[in-house]
Amino acid sequence: MNYEFDFSSVLAQWPQFLEGAWVTIQLSFPATIVGLCLGVLCAIGRRSAVRWVSKLCGIYVEVIRNTPFLVQIFLVFFGLASLGWKVSAFGAALVSLIINVAAYSCEIVRAGMDSIHEGQIEAAECLGLSKAQVYWHVILWPALEKVYPALTSQFVLLMLASSITSQISVEELTAIASRVQADTFRPFEAYIVVAVAYLLLSLLMRVLLWGFGQMVFARRRKLKVEG
Amino acid sequence: MIAGGFSYEHVYFLLQGALWTVCLSLIAFVGGGIAGGVVALCRISPLRPVRWLSYGYVQLIQGTPLLVLLFVAYFGLSIAGLKLTGLVAAGLSMIIYVSAYLGEIWRGCIQSVAKTQWEAAECLALSRTQRMRLVILPQAVRIATPPTVGFMVQIVKNTSLASIVGFVELVRAGQLINNSIFQPFLVYLLIAIFYFAMCYPLSAWSRTLERRLQYGSRVQPGT
Amino acid sequence: MSIVVELKDVHKSFGNNAVLKGVSFAVPKGDVVAIIGKSGSGKSTALRCMDRLELIDSGHIEVAGHRVSDPNIELRALRMDVGIVFQSYNLFPHLTVEENVMLAPRAVKKMSKSQAREIAHRTLSQVGLSDKAQSYPEQLSGGQQQRVAIARSLAMEPKVMLFDEVTSALDPQLTSEVLRVIEQLASEGMTMILVTHEMEFASRVADTVIFMHEGKVWETGPGSMLKNPQTPELQSFMAFGL
Repeated sequence: MNYEFDFSSVLAQWPQFLEGAWVTIQLSFPATIVGLCLGVLCAIGRRSAVRWVSKLCGIYVEVIRNTPFLVQIFLVFFGLASLGWKVSAFGAALVSLIINVAAYSCEIVRAGMDSIHEGQIEAAECLGLSKAQVYWHVILWPALEKVYPALTSQFVLLMLASSITSQISVEELTAIASRVQADTFRPFEAYIVVAVAYLLLSLLMRVLLWGFGQMVFARRRKLKVEG
Repeated sequence: MIAGGFSYEHVYFLLQGALWTVCLSLIAFVGGGIAGGVVALCRISPLRPVRWLSYGYVQLIQGTPLLVLLFVAYFGLSIAGLKLTGLVAAGLSMIIYVSAYLGEIWRGCIQSVAKTQWEAAECLALSRTQRMRLVILPQAVRIATPPTVGFMVQIVKNTSLASIVGFVELVRAGQLINNSIFQPFLVYLLIAIFYFAMCYPLSAWSRTLERRLQYGSRVQPGT
Repeated sequence: MSIVVELKDVHKSFGNNAVLKGVSFAVPKGDVVAIIGKSGSGKSTALRCMDRLELIDSGHIEVAGHRVSDPNIELRALRMDVGIVFQSYNLFPHLTVEENVMLAPRAVKKMSKSQAREIAHRTLSQVGLSDKAQSYPEQLSGGQQQRVAIARSLAMEPKVMLFDEVTSALDPQLTSEVLRVIEQLASEGMTMILVTHEMEFASRVADTVIFMHEGKVWETGPGSMLKNPQTPELQSFMAFGL
């Protein structure tokens, strides 16, 4: 093997990598927030007493969880376009990411809500809280706190999955690598640099999410709960 | 002809792609499983450097997108002078990917075997290897089965990325068909149905196993 | 009379919490010693230190000729001479009763299957459970599981047996069947140390009772001492601590 590694020509393109990272963030951050909200709504729907609502949410979740993200994004971008519904690449990517993370968040949040003890709900009702109040104070927030670590992992996975959007020409980090290697003829170095960039991004994301959790969930901060 | 230029020959072509999907999934599962077992044991090794190295490995792989791993493997292999197909790059990157994730899952399962079992085995004068082999691992395997089956779903779905380096599994087969008949919605819908047919039974089986184990809902993150 | 277990000025802390503050006593061969006291008095910790489940901070422990307080000793050799039974039995759920008892003789003493089975059947009949050899732990009651745990430790033919509150998790009926087995072992001359709450049993069966309080040996004497407590702490323990 007489290959000479040359990272300098790749690293010289750092402004492009920065732009790509910014696009990655622009995809992941809104998708996380909107996806979580939708996921919570979906979880409430899954636990609903109304049969068809529960079934519908269930079908949605199962379909998303049992098909690859690549296929989902192709369906949204190429498939809908062929039916006359044209969307931008970024828009399609964002929508696909939201739909995807909402389904996984739904399951995670639902598991958390299911694990709330019956006795807690009874006690709250006997104190005179309305159904909505019970849901908010006794079921939803404790559940979110309990599953927050799992949600954090899910959101980091989402950010990593955004790399797949490069396949519909979204100019995020992985696509930049492909562009850089076309210019510098150094594909291996380009993708190593991008791998490191993703590592840094996931580390950053974990730290930010942890900090956010400490802020929002005072109990975790005060009792120094693990996770 | 079925619809819009889609014929039974195309379905047959897709089925062949699906077969290669299964093939790659098995390679990833078996190879990644063996490597994952090593990773899990290293993560709980009594030797500190071994624990730290394996921890670093897991963090590295889990912090990188599989697509990027795939490209690194693909271009890395050609640098090493090996002109090999997309299957090898896909297989290698998936084995590494699976080893990190399964290793972590299994480590968690080994550690979740009650501490009292470790103590009881220790107090019967069993050596560390004997404790692992005779007492801990049999119990850990039971606990590990539902999440492992659940992860097989992730493996099957992730083989779709191999299409990007030209390996003709299900998605690539669909893209090739689409290039001739230009019916993306139909083609990708059909591909989605194929994947669903492969993955849903595994997902359902994993849930049944978990219920039987009575471990409550251990929902795994995924894409 | 040879001393089988000896503790000299043993100290042990968990973080900032000092649990053992200078424990000393000696157990001659064939004796039964009962250790009683409030929770937090350090009695379980003292027992666990004897089988090196915890490492002491200072002092000296010698059990069956092994210097337990030495951090470098061969732990497996120690565990072959010491049998310990836990409060939560800790039977291996994936093995039958017989396999549970046979495991250590085969793996550690390298016995053949038939030799190990012979020993298993002997110890199982000692605890009155020969008919349950093919059952799984989950099919047995708590008292039966505890007796299997005793048989499992006995199968290694230890020189001393340690019992850590083995009846605390059992209801009175199951408790008595386990105590009967322990009494039988005592009469057969096994050297035993029991951490227990069963006062009546302790005063009747034990050769020596040790009352531990706040990490120290507070009072010690024959079983009758419990009817005649000398220190105010033991008096109040006997009155309320039962």
